[in-house]
Amino acid sequence: MAELVNLTINGQAIQAEKGALLIEVARQNGMEIPAFCYYEGLTLQAACRMCLVEVEKTPKLQVGCTLPVADGMVVHTESETVRAARKGTLEFLLTNHPLDCPVCDKGGECELQDMVFRYGAGESRFTERKVHVDEQQWSPVVFFDAPRCILCYRCVRVCNEGMGVGALGVSNRGVISEIVPNHHDYLECDECGACIDICPVGALTSGSYRYQTRPWEMNHVGTICTHCGDGCRTTLGVRDDHIIRGNNRDHSGINGEFLCVKGRYAFDFVEHAERLQSPMVRNPHGEFEPTSWSKAFTAIAEAFTAAHARGGKFGVIGSNHTTNEENYFLQKFAREGFGTKNIDHHRTGDLATFFDALSGRNDALATAGDLYTAKAVLVVGADLAQQHPFLSYQARANVRHHNAHIYAVTTGPVREDNQAVASIRVPAGGELDGVESLRDKLKAEGDLVIVFGDSIQGDGVRKLVAFGDSLGIPVKYVCLVDYSNSRGAFDMGLIPRDGGMSVQQMLAAKDLDVLWVVGANPLKNAALASSNAFVIVQDLFMTETAKHAHIVLPAASAYEKNGTVTNVCGEVQKLKQAVKVMGTKTDLEIMGSIAKEMKLNLGIWLPDKVFAEIRKNVHGYDVPLPVVDTGGAAPTMPLNGRVAALPGVVQSAGDTLFTSGSMSRYSKILNAVIESPGALYGGKGR
Amino acid sequence: MPKKLYNEPSPLETRVLSARFGLENSESLATYVANDGFKAFRKAREMKPEQIIEEVKTSALRGRGGAGFPTGLKWSFVPRSSPKPKYIVVNADESEPGTCKDRLLMEYDPHQMIEGILIAGLAMDSHKGYIYIRGEYRYLIDHMDRAIAEAYAQGYLGKNILGTGFDFDLYTHSGAGAYECGEETALLDSLEGKRGIPRMKPPFPAVAGVWACPTLLNNVETFSAIPVIIRDGGAAFAALGTPKNGGTRLLCISGHVNKPGVYEVPLGYPMLKFIEEIAGGIPGGKKLKAVVPGGSSCPILKADECDIPMDYDSLAKIGSMLGSGGMVVMDETTDMVKVALRIMRFYAHESCGWCIPCREGTTWLRKILQRFDDGGGRHEDVALLGELSKNMLGRTFCALGDAAAMPTISIVDKFADDFEKRLAAREMVAV
Amino acid sequence: MTFSPKLEEKFAKMLQAYPEGRKRSAVVPMLIYAQDEVGAVTPELIDEVARRCEVPPLQVDEVVGYYSMLHRKPMGKYHVQVCTNISCLLVGGMELYEHASKKLGIGHKQVTSDGQFSLEEVECMGACSWAPAVEINYDFYHHITPEKLDQLIDGLRKAH
Repeated sequence: MAELVNLTINGQAIQAEKGALLIEVARQNGMEIPAFCYYEGLTLQAACRMCLVEVEKTPKLQVGCTLPVADGMVVHTESETVRAARKGTLEFLLTNHPLDCPVCDKGGECELQDMVFRYGAGESRFTERKVHVDEQQWSPVVFFDAPRCILCYRCVRVCNEGMGVGALGVSNRGVISEIVPNHHDYLECDECGACIDICPVGALTSGSYRYQTRPWEMNHVGTICTHCGDGCRTTLGVRDDHIIRGNNRDHSGINGEFLCVKGRYAFDFVEHAERLQSPMVRNPHGEFEPTSWSKAFTAIAEAFTAAHARGGKFGVIGSNHTTNEENYFLQKFAREGFGTKNIDHHRTGDLATFFDALSGRNDALATAGDLYTAKAVLVVGADLAQQHPFLSYQARANVRHHNAHIYAVTTGPVREDNQAVASIRVPAGGELDGVESLRDKLKAEGDLVIVFGDSIQGDGVRKLVAFGDSLGIPVKYVCLVDYSNSRGAFDMGLIPRDGGMSVQQMLAAKDLDVLWVVGANPLKNAALASSNAFVIVQDLFMTETAKHAHIVLPAASAYEKNGTVTNVCGEVQKLKQAVKVMGTKTDLEIMGSIAKEMKLNLGIWLPDKVFAEIRKNVHGYDVPLPVVDTGGAAPTMPLNGRVAALPGVVQSAGDTLFTSGSMSRYSKILNAVIESPGALYGGKGR
Repeated sequence: MPKKLYNEPSPLETRVLSARFGLENSESLATYVANDGFKAFRKAREMKPEQIIEEVKTSALRGRGGAGFPTGLKWSFVPRSSPKPKYIVVNADESEPGTCKDRLLMEYDPHQMIEGILIAGLAMDSHKGYIYIRGEYRYLIDHMDRAIAEAYAQGYLGKNILGTGFDFDLYTHSGAGAYECGEETALLDSLEGKRGIPRMKPPFPAVAGVWACPTLLNNVETFSAIPVIIRDGGAAFAALGTPKNGGTRLLCISGHVNKPGVYEVPLGYPMLKFIEEIAGGIPGGKKLKAVVPGGSSCPILKADECDIPMDYDSLAKIGSMLGSGGMVVMDETTDMVKVALRIMRFYAHESCGWCIPCREGTTWLRKILQRFDDGGGRHEDVALLGELSKNMLGRTFCALGDAAAMPTISIVDKFADDFEKRLAAREMVAV
Repeated sequence: MTFSPKLEEKFAKMLQAYPEGRKRSAVVPMLIYAQDEVGAVTPELIDEVARRCEVPPLQVDEVVGYYSMLHRKPMGKYHVQVCTNISCLLVGGMELYEHASKKLGIGHKQVTSDGQFSLEEVECMGACSWAPAVEINYDFYHHITPEKLDQLIDGLRKAH
């Protein structure tokens, strides 16, 4: 228990931890000391001088963001002197800040506006000439307007400390000091846009958002990013059924304000011109032509019913993007409706062996939060910064805030090297030897989270878990999986258990009668051996797989539906529909409608109803509703005894920061910014 | 042949640190050794570190860079027992307008400073030092490099110095044009290869200085005073000055005087006497108008404030500072608007830009003064100059904001007439 | 990028002056010495210094803009720096600067068309007691009058 001190802030008696920063203590007690440069979690600057406060018995105003509280301190944060000082500082700031608020993207969300409103530097005595500098474009997504910049250095710090990239610096000095990008006039970076988000004014603006809207014209919809499996909450700014912006300024969700380029910008696939907006059916000449939903449902139901009636062979391939409800409904459809065990999805991590190896120890499953609090993190065979940018961010923050120790065992250089206490380079397949070489160091750690990629499979997973368990310290694990709901797909049962066929077996079989593909693209680099199979595909775009279909159904994306997804660490979160794309239906509605057409009773196909069924039937998913309903992340406890080995291939897609399977192909932003290849994967998704 | 000095010495000087100035080859190690050089180091080698620090404390030596912090106290803050390496850094970034003394100490007697550094090394248990010299003084960097090489060659630097078993390495380090790097923490950032931005304090450099290691940082003149203090004793040095203001210091006098130059006098020397007798008075029999007592950062004194002894405490009492020893004398013809403008141009140019009040304030003030000087002045500008300066004062990250505000406040307070005269002249033209 | 053998030797020594892993410390001195030889801090020089000091080029670039003696564009063969700060101002520094500007036909930080001279109005250079002062490249000249400045400049011109 830390030593407590008694102090007074604005007449209020307060007890606080000795040495805590005054600005934080005040904030925790409901008194805001304003600041531009102070930013929780980033290094202290004491540069903006807005947080000056009066401390009795000290002659000068004190800097609230660097002042440790002490016993007997009497502080005034809003006295006349303090308010006058702040007004004076704002007057200084406004001497060169252009008052172009009417056309500034930040207008309405600008901290400088708010501060001037609060301290009333409304009249300026500045009558000299302002210095104009032209706006610069640093990347497809980052624009910089130097005169608006107030030099709070938040962008520099979030890029350097938060992202571990360090692409922004400060050049010149004095009044012509300027934020500069790492390549003199352009940026080479993660393009995450964190610098734009954290900018208190409109100095850094976003290529996709600028001049699109006034912030108050948008509705803000908090949902879960549909790209990688980290489960970041992204708050979509929606106007007139268009997504205009993605950010997470309300710090909601497990990711706080963190978002990568995908979470912040790659929502634009939603409005891609090639989005399917009508069911398509093959005409007698073999060409696709639009059809109505009802005709499509009837045709599918007839084909499914007929195949089922004659004991035909079904293959069902689900998605690692669709919701838990959809995945649950799909497997129920396959198992109960068709009576088939042939159901699978693109498995990107060996969860089956992992769950089996842990044999029921749910407490060995690490959450995203554990990466921030663990004493040590060991990354095995994965390029976290490229594939799991949020987990990478968590580990970096853990180093900065808690001096955690990072270890990396990889086949190539990774960003974790910069902070790692030990980085081991191994040949492919040599990961476990690399891990073993760290044994003594790891044994000395207080606790450990082991994060491993798809290079650890089968026996490798068992060995790795055995290694962790032998260290004699608390060890938790994360088995990395790609995409927004790989974990949910596994948990919901999109797996060929009890003798079902894997994806590869389905594609290789010559006697499939029906292949139903929901939100997946298995034929991207593979052929379908069953030339007579009736192929139904639900997707957003005319993918390689969709091109093989008899009927293609236009599906809604994650940003267009409600439901839940489970992230790479097994935490369940709710999606919230942001927009509706004309002509599409959610996969759940599509499946429900087909079931209805087939007169199958698979239950009500409303997300909440299906989720209730999941909570009842899927082990470990009886999560507290208030948590998920209020936008929280609820860890699941899916482990329950032994898990049988599964047939088929486990392979990560090897996506980078700028790829995300077929969705990234239809994101103009992601295609515009591809430049920073993942070192481990040479920048190409596998 | 004795070396020709930049200015003739005055018989009224008390030459302690500058005792060897003007000797033949005064910069050579041989001359230094032949004239008491390295006696102090040998003596210090026999002393305990605490004794050395105690001697410095007794000397009442105060930092000669500008702030005037008691040197012995500063030395005592360096944690001698720290397991980290400890460094000695010499602030030879002499940039305070009006100040040109460190140049001479390095040029004429480099080994005196080197000996001072070595003694500090003994006291701190430090074995490495850097002399941070402003880039404009390239000839001095080369000069110091030669002196250092000479000291190495003759066993006064390097391993086992003079057979005492003490090792010390000393290097020069070039700046590249930045007044702010004279601020000790900005200097440390610069020494680390960064922009010269001041650091937050605490931690102070004594605890976490260069490369986060304990660092003793003093001015050239401060280190140069160490050998005589150790050699003759702190008490003897202290006795030269006034209480709490020990010893002599090199004062640089410039501006409107007949014999501008650098002269060494005891602390507490009367200012008017210094101007009149040592610096030869004001040319043309003109009257004294104002004095910058110790570099442009100090509040400017009116003529009637100048009848004071020059020590840290006396200057502080009348609201100014002894600063870096750069005294600028202005006669009755001086236009204080131009002085205020030039001073503010300097600070606006040299503001590092880190904090808002200094960055924006100095530039705004510069613009007002420029407009005023260009003939666009308004009555309200005078008050505005004062108010804006006060909005900087005490609110900036480092002392540069204060350094810009204080002379400006003093000028608009004490020489408002100069501004009014300009306005009146302008109105006459307008009519 | 390689420099003259003399400078290479200097840099080799310089990098030894700082403790293990602290090569970044050499950034500022290396830049200014290299600038003397290269003529300006070019993008290639930034990359080279970054490589030698083992820092990202951005960290070198930041430094370049900060220090007033570092120039991204070449200055003249003779860089004439006239101090106009208070000590010099009081004894004709400003007039000296204006005289130099007229004489050379260039303004602050400009270069004559033949590349021989450049001019800079500089801050206090530490010659206050021997004002007004001029520094040409790294050579100090004290008590300078317009006439003396003319002689200096003409002499340098002839030497060329």
